[in-house]
Amino acid sequence: MKYIGKEMSRVDGVAKVTGRAKYAVEYKVNDPAYGYIVQSTVAKGRISKIDTSKAEKLPGVLKILTHQNALKVEEETRQFRALQSDTVLFCGQPIALVVADTFEQARYAANLVEIEYAKEQPSTDFSDTERVQSRGPAPRGKPAEELAGSPVKIEAEYSIPIEHHNPMEPHGATAFWEGDKLTVFDKSQGVYGVRGHLSRSFGIPEGNVNVISLFVGGAFGSSLNVNYYPFLAALAAREVKRPVKLSLTRRQMFTGHGYRPYTTQKVSIGAESTGKFRSIIHEGATNTSTYEDFTESTTRFGRTLYECPNYDSPYYLLKTDLPTPTWMRAPGAVSGAFALESAIDELSYELKIDPVELRLINYADKDPETGRPFSSKALKECFTAGAKKFGWEKRKFAPRSMRDGDLLVGWGTAVGTWGAFQAPATAKIRVRNDGSALVGSGTTDIGPGTYTVCTIIAAESLGIDPKKIEFVLGDTELPRAPSQGGSITTASVGSAVYGAAGEIRRKLVDLVARKEGTALFGASFEDTELVDGNLRLKSDASRSMRVVDVLKEGGVEFVEVEYQSRPSAERQKYTTMAHGAQFVEVKVDESLGIIKVTRVVEATACGRIINPLTSHSQEMGGVVWGIGMALQEATEIDHRYGKMMTTNLADYHVPVAADVFSVETDFVEEKDEIVNELGIKGMGELCLVGIPAAIANAVYHATGKRVRDLPVTPDKLL
Amino acid sequence: MHERKIWRRTQESNSNPTNWDTAIPFIPFITVLTIDPENLALRNPALISSRKHPPIRPKNEMPEISLNVNGKKMSVDADPSTPLLWVLREKLGLTGPKYSCGIAVCGACMVHVDGKTVPSCNTPVSEVMDGEITTIEGLSENGDHPVQKAWIEEQVPQCGYCQSGQIMRAAELLANKPNPNRQEIFDHMKRVLCRCATYYRIVKAIEKAAKDGE
Ligand code: FES
Ligand code: FES
Repeated sequence: MKYIGKEMSRVDGVAKVTGRAKYAVEYKVNDPAYGYIVQSTVAKGRISKIDTSKAEKLPGVLKILTHQNALKVEEETRQFRALQSDTVLFCGQPIALVVADTFEQARYAANLVEIEYAKEQPSTDFSDTERVQSRGPAPRGKPAEELAGSPVKIEAEYSIPIEHHNPMEPHGATAFWEGDKLTVFDKSQGVYGVRGHLSRSFGIPEGNVNVISLFVGGAFGSSLNVNYYPFLAALAAREVKRPVKLSLTRRQMFTGHGYRPYTTQKVSIGAESTGKFRSIIHEGATNTSTYEDFTESTTRFGRTLYECPNYDSPYYLLKTDLPTPTWMRAPGAVSGAFALESAIDELSYELKIDPVELRLINYADKDPETGRPFSSKALKECFTAGAKKFGWEKRKFAPRSMRDGDLLVGWGTAVGTWGAFQAPATAKIRVRNDGSALVGSGTTDIGPGTYTVCTIIAAESLGIDPKKIEFVLGDTELPRAPSQGGSITTASVGSAVYGAAGEIRRKLVDLVARKEGTALFGASFEDTELVDGNLRLKSDASRSMRVVDVLKEGGVEFVEVEYQSRPSAERQKYTTMAHGAQFVEVKVDESLGIIKVTRVVEATACGRIINPLTSHSQEMGGVVWGIGMALQEATEIDHRYGKMMTTNLADYHVPVAADVFSVETDFVEEKDEIVNELGIKGMGELCLVGIPAAIANAVYHATGKRVRDLPVTPDKLL
Repeated sequence: MHERKIWRRTQESNSNPTNWDTAIPFIPFITVLTIDPENLALRNPALISSRKHPPIRPKNEMPEISLNVNGKKMSVDADPSTPLLWVLREKLGLTGPKYSCGIAVCGACMVHVDGKTVPSCNTPVSEVMDGEITTIEGLSENGDHPVQKAWIEEQVPQCGYCQSGQIMRAAELLANKPNPNRQEIFDHMKRVLCRCATYYRIVKAIEKAAKDGE
């Protein structure tokens, strides 16, 4: 491989260090108007009166939309849609949109919209909310009986607060109409989803809607669902007949796009004294809204991970008067891992078995759920490599047994796993007679480096220098591709690019194979390859033609294909997962309760790495997310009012530069010929999954205090 | 082959719409970002004439504010209390500085005023009328400020949204302290958040820029 697996600079790097990369509300449109959302101040009830007359009189105000005058849409969805009725479903619900000449005018006018409510008492307190059982897989074996009969048992409860994605770019859109054609620049992880929603909402054909998302300033799941604001921006633009820019403020984002749900879990493990698991019951509940069920696979985290004959994972929903949660980086898995991987750590002390050893004792060589083999699984190798790099063998087993001066030192470990998924995706390639190529697919790049890795895959499979390849994405004018989420993009879109390149080669071969006198006369498609700008025979590299000459010979200016890739049938016979082992060192100042994550070693096996530079970036980002989740992040709710309280970046803490010390990320090579032709598994979520548990386990090792409620803040250690 | 707007964008200027299917010279990636999307509306005269609402406040009631931005004198109509960030982004089209928290805690909107970083989201434009304002767009002519170069070499950006603030802050640090140690880097840079968590590479890039500057 000439380009795949080699380090390559980001193709969007220059744009991003010069301020030239444009995000959703930064496009220069002619004479834009600005929207500002008015939100409900109560969590439940009805709007009994809404008076916009004062606000309408202000200079610059163009239009105020409320449920009384906004377009009613007939989209079939349980997702929240704004301004559709007088019902208030959560605090912070958008109930009016002010459109004005400037943002400041709109914001000021928003304060003068007078609203009265018929209030009801909201219910947001998770502890006294009714639990509704959600469907899940049937138990394996006889979990309850076998648990009762196990010689060693532990049982513990864990909780995780609501957390918010807080991407640095606020959610926003720029919308304008040209006749009945709508263009929306959106902060989106999936332009096709937004297009479908807008076309249904306005009753116009999908072809009339163009959704564009060239750069996304982080999203982490918050732009996977169609949020309510693109519709508002488009509606406002239609009303005022001008382009409209609508951006949420940081505070509005907290109720604007969903969040990681509040999670409570109970884990019971029954084991033999040898450490062999006999039964695991992993029970959990997450909150959702009253109008929509949002579920995660939280309690199923360990089912494919550990060899354990008896397993149950009941899961419940808690209906609350809050907006609906949504996917947030490593949804379900990171929450489930925090509970299960903490519980296994607790068990290791009970059994006096090293926590790495305990996990290896229960290692699953094939999928315990289905009996199918793994397409590849190098978790053991991750443990070996990670432990060696970290120096795990120097760990003293007992808690509070390691020190650095006044500081307590703790070493913890945990495992992460995430499915290696692939979705159908389409890519289009045009190879031109100057030797360059244009490659496109309608996916998005929210930061991981899709622009770059797809350029690399195209370069490799077309045999063209990456500098001569331009990869474009983030536009519904490009062929359909899945949203960027679930760590599927490189596997899906990369396979489409790879497949399209194969079809390009077929077309090139067709151009010359029947031309007598050319070097490739009689060549068969199977026996050809594209290397360094040449089309040549695999069996005889001397029979070779420059691609530009092939085009000339064929009398065409370019060749072009559109190709859809799909997951292979072969995959169905296997379980496809990516795995990783995490090792964490914390230092704790016991007198202040301050925890520093001084060292992280993360060893990951996730198939083939296309670009180590961007992959390590992702991994490090995931580790820091784990630090945030373990030690800092929480959205507090005042249950009296059903209101989220910590709705700004001063009160909602996220890690800063000074929280990150040594982070080493390593990849354990996996050759996987099953997952897809390129052997790509995906990694954007995986890198986070085990980290919060590993940190909490390290804190226990350092202090002897088991904190089961995230985040592990200083007060919980004092 | 249908016309593909985005593909077209890669090789046309807005005033001269060319058919995508005809001659297509290769233009490097960066031009995708700078040519057409900025001027989408200009392409369409219908949009320009669609304007129905002239600003309600007469123009002459808006104070004329003159600013020195990226070495150029500029004047804008804006209320003196308008945050500098809105003036830069919405009036002057300088979208390098970003809005993110709006309360001076995240650093995404950092610009230099007389060489010192200020959070422009919280700085009324009237306060900086005498100062020399520099945004990321004016930090260097060709993106070749030593910090920008180190940023590329260390591959710092992920989503990129925070990077303008990071770079302005790092440039300030190195201007005052050509050889900062780790702690000084942490102390200075912790004011600028990066949710993609590029911190590790930010630190490395600053150390690299410092070393290259020796
Ligand atoms: S937007 Fe100004 S500091 Fe956050
Ligand atoms: S690069 Fe995405 S927020 Fe910093």
